[in-house]
Amino acid sequence: MNFFPVFDLNTIFLVPWSTDQLVQWNGQVILMGLLVCWTNGILGSFIVVRRMALMGDAISHGILPGLVISFLIFGSLEIGPMLIGACSAGLACSFCIEWLRSHTPIRQDASMAIVFTSFFAVGVTLINLQTDHLDLDTGCILYGEIGLTPLSPDLLFMGLNCGNRSICLMGTVCVFVLLIVSLSYRQLLLTSFDPTLAHSYGWPVKLIHLGLMFLLALSTVASMEAVGVILVVAMLVFPCVTASFFSERLPIILLITFPLGILYTFGGFHLAHWLDCSIAAAMAIAATIIFIIACALSPRGILLRLK
Amino acid sequence: MATVFLQAEQIVTQDEFDLVDRAQRFLLLKDESVQIVVFGSVLMGMSCGLIGSYVVTRKLSLFGDTLSHAVLPGIAVGFIWSGEKNNISLLVGATIAGLLGISCLSILRKFTKVQDDSSLGIVLSAFYAVGICLLTRIQKVGYSDQSGLDSFMFGQASALSSDDLIGIIIVLLLISLFIVINYRELLISGFDPGFSRSIGIPTESLQYGLWALITFCVISSLQMVGVILASALLVIPAATASLLVKRMRSYLILACLLGAVAGLGGAFLSFLGERLPTGPLIVIVSGALFTVILFLHPQKGLLIKWIISRSENVRIARENSLKAAFQIIEGKSFEDTLISSQEMMRKRGMSSATIEGEIENLCKAGLASKALHQVSEIKLPRQTRFTLTPSGWEYACRIVRNHRLWELYLTNEAQYAPDHVHEDAEKIEHMIGEETVRQIERLLKNPRRDPHGKLIPSITDIQPVAISQET
Repeated sequence: MNFFPVFDLNTIFLVPWSTDQLVQWNGQVILMGLLVCWTNGILGSFIVVRRMALMGDAISHGILPGLVISFLIFGSLEIGPMLIGACSAGLACSFCIEWLRSHTPIRQDASMAIVFTSFFAVGVTLINLQTDHLDLDTGCILYGEIGLTPLSPDLLFMGLNCGNRSICLMGTVCVFVLLIVSLSYRQLLLTSFDPTLAHSYGWPVKLIHLGLMFLLALSTVASMEAVGVILVVAMLVFPCVTASFFSERLPIILLITFPLGILYTFGGFHLAHWLDCSIAAAMAIAATIIFIIACALSPRGILLRLK
Repeated sequence: MATVFLQAEQIVTQDEFDLVDRAQRFLLLKDESVQIVVFGSVLMGMSCGLIGSYVVTRKLSLFGDTLSHAVLPGIAVGFIWSGEKNNISLLVGATIAGLLGISCLSILRKFTKVQDDSSLGIVLSAFYAVGICLLTRIQKVGYSDQSGLDSFMFGQASALSSDDLIGIIIVLLLISLFIVINYRELLISGFDPGFSRSIGIPTESLQYGLWALITFCVISSLQMVGVILASALLVIPAATASLLVKRMRSYLILACLLGAVAGLGGAFLSFLGERLPTGPLIVIVSGALFTVILFLHPQKGLLIKWIISRSENVRIARENSLKAAFQIIEGKSFEDTLISSQEMMRKRGMSSATIEGEIENLCKAGLASKALHQVSEIKLPRQTRFTLTPSGWEYACRIVRNHRLWELYLTNEAQYAPDHVHEDAEKIEHMIGEETVRQIERLLKNPRRDPHGKLIPSITDIQPVAISQET
């Protein structure tokens, strides 16, 4: 059996969209992918300019014990408790990192590595202890299953059927993030680039930082079901860094993340259909390929600089 | 090994002596599997601690994290290449992938403006994505023996074979050899790269050597703790050691020991339960060690520091209220020793509740006593009156003496203006020792008046008055 399947344009690009049923199914997958890419891309731009790219990684690992503990307390996989548990664990993780950095001789990188691995280890141990009555799939947490998005149950909100639960959640988070970012754009911008000046204006720099961490935890939790714990980092870092090869201005970088998100989603989707592998991983690979192309060929890229 | 595993399963179902029995079996190292896991985790902890010392001092913590994720595609490719879970091919694949990851990082660092943290994130997620893609592909294609690959995510210590153990030993030897040979060079290049380059130490190649060793260390610990937690063992023992010691040599030894302890503890705990994973437990044990040392270290522990500063604050507050009491009595030219809480409130500028609390504290410490059923010409409700006990009076005199002596010392010897000395004396009066006070007295020839013309109390002229008033 050949490891790489035959590359056939027809089966890869046309078959997924051939019947109404398939269009409906795959449409939901694509919508989910777009929402994930956009939300994380926008947030990631602020995270990257603050030089905290791996904070996303840390938080996404750190939410694991929160998920398990909230499951143990409430005994269900409902959205509400899960979100609360995961967000508080994510915030606790970021708080611990910040506290270790500022109150002990431990440096930032080491404090990050200490905190998130410990949190993650606690989470894994709890899962292992509770396998009898815990329906959390470690594989799902690690890789995500965006391909199964259409299977998630419908969300009933005040008796109203809002449609697919995962997409609803992700969509709400996406709108929320876009709203917050556009409302407090000036504050985010200044606190990212010149926290001292922002502080002298009397802005609550620490509070804004905490708010950003909260948004990060929120979007990580919402997208975890789709892309898994670790590939969230890809969705956070790649759009901003790729866009920064084309422009140095943050508004333009933020705008570029939208078309990049579309490219990642469709590229990953079709790549996964060709290789028959995890869609989330394929999206990250698409992001990598686009990054390499941008890195090599863009006006600020390696090739032009070498000339 | 399969039979040993079966026995373990049977014992679980037997009875409540299970826990003791397991602990006993572990401590006596009865089974071959126990021996392998224990030696493996201890030795792995040692090598991770050793190399981790350099990881932490050179700020490479997240580099280790990236590296451990980046070896995943190598493992997948090695698996595809050999068609089975063959250790050698997996090892070669992982090594190549790890080195490839390092070179990608170097390229990004050298040729682009991408920040270091972003390039770590990029390499981490890109390699990891390729690895996941290949792994899911392997599952779809359906190799016969692909089940073992999952163990690389979280580690599976029970599946540790003697071959893995040999690998861990080789890595430990390599690391120790490298450190012993290059100890001085590593030390200099780690703390001052510019200087080390200028005296001809091959700084760059040392760095690459270190990176390669980190890769080997991560790969050798994969079977035990898995891809995601491998970096924890690099960082946590070394960071714990950095809280305790400052010199590199003792730092290395301590980190090595802490790694071994964490390995042993994790292996022991995981053996007590049925489904407890070894890798995460090793990480939890080392995290717990870190927390304990962070809070309870005799001199630098945060909890200890907090307690000391709290008791210091209590002492200073007590001394301040004693001083205020002295000044009130002094204001009444030492005739009336009865002090009301109203006077204290005015003197210290504090609320009645705070003052009541302070008086309560003084009484508890035996420095003051409350006057009961006092006949007061001003009828105020909730008015507490108190007198200082002899020991309280002596204490108050000592504090005021410290304060005024210091003020005099500053004006006479350090040429301070008399109106600038109060703030300084406010702080020093609590800290200055008996010996320094005697020295200053000798230096100033036993003065009687401070720069503001007030009396510097000494035991001979104040105490008799106070006691005669009280009795």
